[in-house]
Amino acid sequence: MAGLELLSDQGYRVDGRRAGELRKIQARMGVFAQADGSAYIEQGNTKALAVVYGPHEIRGSRARALPDRALVNCQYSSATFSTGERKRRPHGDRKSCEMGLQLRQTFEAAILTQLHPRSQIDIYVQVLQADGGTYAACVNAATLAVLDAGVPMRDFVCACSAGFVDSTALADLSHVEEAAGGPQLALALLPASGQIALLEMDARLHEDHLESVLEAAARAARDVHTLLDRVVRQHVREASVLLGD
Amino acid sequence: MLKSKTFLKKTRAGGVMKIVREHYLRDDIGCGAPGCAACDGAHEGPVLEPQPLDPASSLCPRPHYLLPDTNVLLHQIDVLEDPAIRNVIVLQTVLQEVRNRSAPVYKRIRDVTNNQEKHFYTFTNEHHRETYVEQEQGENANDRNDRAIRVAAKWYNEHLKKISAENHLQVIFITNDKKNKEKAIEEGIPAFTCEEYVKSLTANPELIDRLACLSEEGNEIESGRIIFSEHLPLSKLQQGIKSGTYLQGTFRASRENYLEATVWVHGDTEDDKEIILQGLKNLNRAVHEDIVAVELLPKNQWVAPSSVVLHDEGQNEDDVEKEEERERILKTAANEKMLKPTGRVVGIIKRNWRPYCGMLSKSDIKESRRHLFTPADRRIPRIRIETRQASALEGRRIIVAIDGWPRNSRYPNGHFVKNLGDVGDKETETEVLLLEHDVPHQPFSQAVLSFLPKMPWSITEKDMKNREDLRHLCVCSVDPPGCTDIDDALHCRELENGNLEVGVHIADVSHFIRPGNALDQESARRGTTVYLCEKRIDMVPELLSSNLCSLRCNVDRLAFSCIWEMNHNAEILKVRFTKSAINSKASLTYAEAQMRIDSAAMNDEITTSLRGLNKLAKILKKRRIEKGALTLSSPEVRFHMDSETHDPIDLQTKELRETNSMVEEFMLLANISVAKKIHEEFSEHALLRKHPAPPPSNYEILVKAAKSKNLEIKTDTAKSLADSLDRADSPTFPYLNTLLRILATRCMMQAVYFCSGMDNDFHHYGLASPIYTHFTSPIRRYADIIVHRLLAVAIGADCTYPELTDKHKLADLCKNLNFRHKMAQYAQRASVAFHTQIPSLKIEDTVFHIFDKVKVKIMLDSSNLQHQKIRMSLVEPQIPGISISADTPNMDIDEPERKKKKREK
Repeated sequence: MAGLELLSDQGYRVDGRRAGELRKIQARMGVFAQADGSAYIEQGNTKALAVVYGPHEIRGSRARALPDRALVNCQYSSATFSTGERKRRPHGDRKSCEMGLQLRQTFEAAILTQLHPRSQIDIYVQVLQADGGTYAACVNAATLAVLDAGVPMRDFVCACSAGFVDSTALADLSHVEEAAGGPQLALALLPASGQIALLEMDARLHEDHLESVLEAAARAARDVHTLLDRVVRQHVREASVLLGD
Repeated sequence: MLKSKTFLKKTRAGGVMKIVREHYLRDDIGCGAPGCAACDGAHEGPVLEPQPLDPASSLCPRPHYLLPDTNVLLHQIDVLEDPAIRNVIVLQTVLQEVRNRSAPVYKRIRDVTNNQEKHFYTFTNEHHRETYVEQEQGENANDRNDRAIRVAAKWYNEHLKKISAENHLQVIFITNDKKNKEKAIEEGIPAFTCEEYVKSLTANPELIDRLACLSEEGNEIESGRIIFSEHLPLSKLQQGIKSGTYLQGTFRASRENYLEATVWVHGDTEDDKEIILQGLKNLNRAVHEDIVAVELLPKNQWVAPSSVVLHDEGQNEDDVEKEEERERILKTAANEKMLKPTGRVVGIIKRNWRPYCGMLSKSDIKESRRHLFTPADRRIPRIRIETRQASALEGRRIIVAIDGWPRNSRYPNGHFVKNLGDVGDKETETEVLLLEHDVPHQPFSQAVLSFLPKMPWSITEKDMKNREDLRHLCVCSVDPPGCTDIDDALHCRELENGNLEVGVHIADVSHFIRPGNALDQESARRGTTVYLCEKRIDMVPELLSSNLCSLRCNVDRLAFSCIWEMNHNAEILKVRFTKSAINSKASLTYAEAQMRIDSAAMNDEITTSLRGLNKLAKILKKRRIEKGALTLSSPEVRFHMDSETHDPIDLQTKELRETNSMVEEFMLLANISVAKKIHEEFSEHALLRKHPAPPPSNYEILVKAAKSKNLEIKTDTAKSLADSLDRADSPTFPYLNTLLRILATRCMMQAVYFCSGMDNDFHHYGLASPIYTHFTSPIRRYADIIVHRLLAVAIGADCTYPELTDKHKLADLCKNLNFRHKMAQYAQRASVAFHTQIPSLKIEDTVFHIFDKVKVKIMLDSSNLQHQKIRMSLVEPQIPGISISADTPNMDIDEPERKKKKREK
């Protein structure tokens, strides 16, 4: 049996996208009233929910407080029903710890933490359905939630994954494409300045190809930015109408 | 632009899993027809012709495109590949189904699609908004796909109407499925079966022969008697193999006896790995190289391999009774003691059919359109084909493909593919030889040629980067006469400190062939240049092989140099590698070089350089032989060609001069030095060459032969073998030693390329070197190009690329190279064999050497046109049953020239 053809000769991927195209993105801000900020995002079939509390006083041990900036605390979890096979994922397993750390790194680079010394900002992200690119969806959802909370940031953080198949870089991999086992790169970008907040890849990829894959991921991240920007503007417009402004 | 649509899928992998996949439908997929305003700007790749007028079909006189369904593509690919068929729309649905069902057909259809002249367009219908079809309740996948194809065909017809109402462009749906065709016509789609359409092409009647005959009606004339038992379905076979009732193996038909075959059971390390099959019914329609499932017969039915030679000569197809009689003969001839596991084929797991070369045996009935085809390979059964051009094809080499083998037919059914030319014609025979050995020999495509440097070419500043200018050195090349692809040149000079500097300069092919481009891929596929008697099948285009890369004299050429500093005892003091530019001062032949060395009158720079090289080579050779390198001998034959007709007029065994071994010695030294260097730098992915030591059993024949002359051959190590071969000499028979060496060559294993990361035994047995590679002939071997690239990276003269450092890719490449080298060797031998049979050849002068005094009769046996051979019959000493009497008149053998040969000693 022949395996799945990830990229056809005509340049179409398994789900009908072209190499550089994103999946359909839909997002909403302010989904929860209790939290300071919240957002929900769908990137194709990957769905994530992000909630932000803070900045507030340090909870728990006061020793964790940083004298010059705010502490960013990130927690990641995924729902038992998020994947094809139902599986309980206890809190604090390796994968979610790692993801939490990556998110923390990403947002420490974006949030103006020095404005809130000795305080704490909590970001909780949950993946409701996983279909590839969970890290990217988490970052994008968290960005919207942080914006919703009104925490000052340098810029949006927009993330996207990219892979490499048949000497072509593919943007925004779906689960099928990830499972095929090729190299996969995750990029979080500050689009205005073009600075990279996080770049992660744990497969072998030849140096010569890195540039093209990185370029594809950056372009996709910029596309994500346009979409998120539209969502934020729409949300602000709606909010201002509600306020009767 | 995007419309998303999700659909659900259920698969069973242990448990039930629900898979949700997105499926985007697009509205920017072009229809492929030029001038279509609706899909303007969406065209990509090769497109259809705007006015597809030919081929003129009597069924549909209007211009039209074709839209075949999956089965047509799978079975009638031979027709579709014909240049007469153009403007075909291949649907994505069809392509995917083909991909899942037959990899070879998929590859062929992709090749056709890539050919611009064929105007094949792949339409991504599954992602088109208007042609996507969802599977309905109660509809199976096949029906859905059929419906999807019909929907696409309908869409196309309506779409084309919109763009050009006056043109009456049509899309014609080709299907062989009756129901599908009926439904299509109901829906208003013009539909025909493949047969109807091809028959309507009045301008191309020869296409009909290429149709695969699959229709059931095709067998009605048959007696209807079922000869073979049914093949079991695959699921049952797999069950049986799992439980051990059936065995899976490769079917290998016997060359000598068409009623017998063996099956090699893969995998398990059992003793009875080979199973014998005997009799037509037990062979049960398996063809050579198929993967089959066999069932072992009870022990009382086991047989021994028969010693009878049986060829399928019957013209009549109904003589099954006779067949049975023959089988009985086989059985009675069996020896009770030699019984081997015997089985019968119960099912075919995978067919490995390919197109076969051979000849038509015309039917006795003059008007008959059904004829039998006899393949050149004796292991392939005869194939029944239907053709109207039988008289035109008679006496020609043709290619035929098998379509199927029904249960009630004695022979498989097939169809005619291609006519190669007259039997015995040199070009036809060469073509057959190349096809049968799977040697890629088509002319280089435009895509490949586009990567050649533009002429006129000269060395530029850019080329000289990372390159040393050695044009002042006195370099010369020594090659056989008439050689145009000179890939090595040498120099030797005395340094100020009294030491010698020796340089081997190899053509820098990797400078011209850049990794990954079409030229590189084509060379990698060819793997090696194939030298036939009158023809050379180049690995790289001629511009490179005979001009830009060839180190001809008095022109500037790029080279890769390996330079040693040696003392006068040929001990290496220093070695360095560099890319260089050289200017060869002389292109010599072996004889010319030898003459220069020998003649005392010559004292110019070239000659002194040659003398220096020769002196060092002798020391190197001596040292190598001391280490246990074998000097085996396999006399190579060389043909003298008539300069006008290119017919061989004489043959001669190659002469070996001192200069031959001089060049060889330095090539070996360069290869070994390079092998060490690249292995040092790339321990995981260096491309090396090894020669495994043969198992002792291989030597039995050699030891036995020597014993008959009271000589002893020791075979425990290469060194002792070499020594004992040296000692094996008979004062009365000086040629004996050479004979023994020829025999020893036969005992050896094949040397192979391998990737250093995938193996840990690097030893080269024949050369007694711990490490070896090929570096010195990049014009004619692809392995050398890879080695050049590795070495260039190692010395920092070139940059690396991903495939070079991927050991799995390298291992795959090695596999292909080894296969190509083997095939090239076989093709070369077959070519020599063919030419030695040309009747005009004089063989009186050839000397035959033998172990014992015998008298033989030599004749050319051409009773079988496809298998002409030189037959030797023993005349003296008289051995009953084997020898023939000296004056037997050979009435029945058609013999153009009869010669008797007597040879004393």
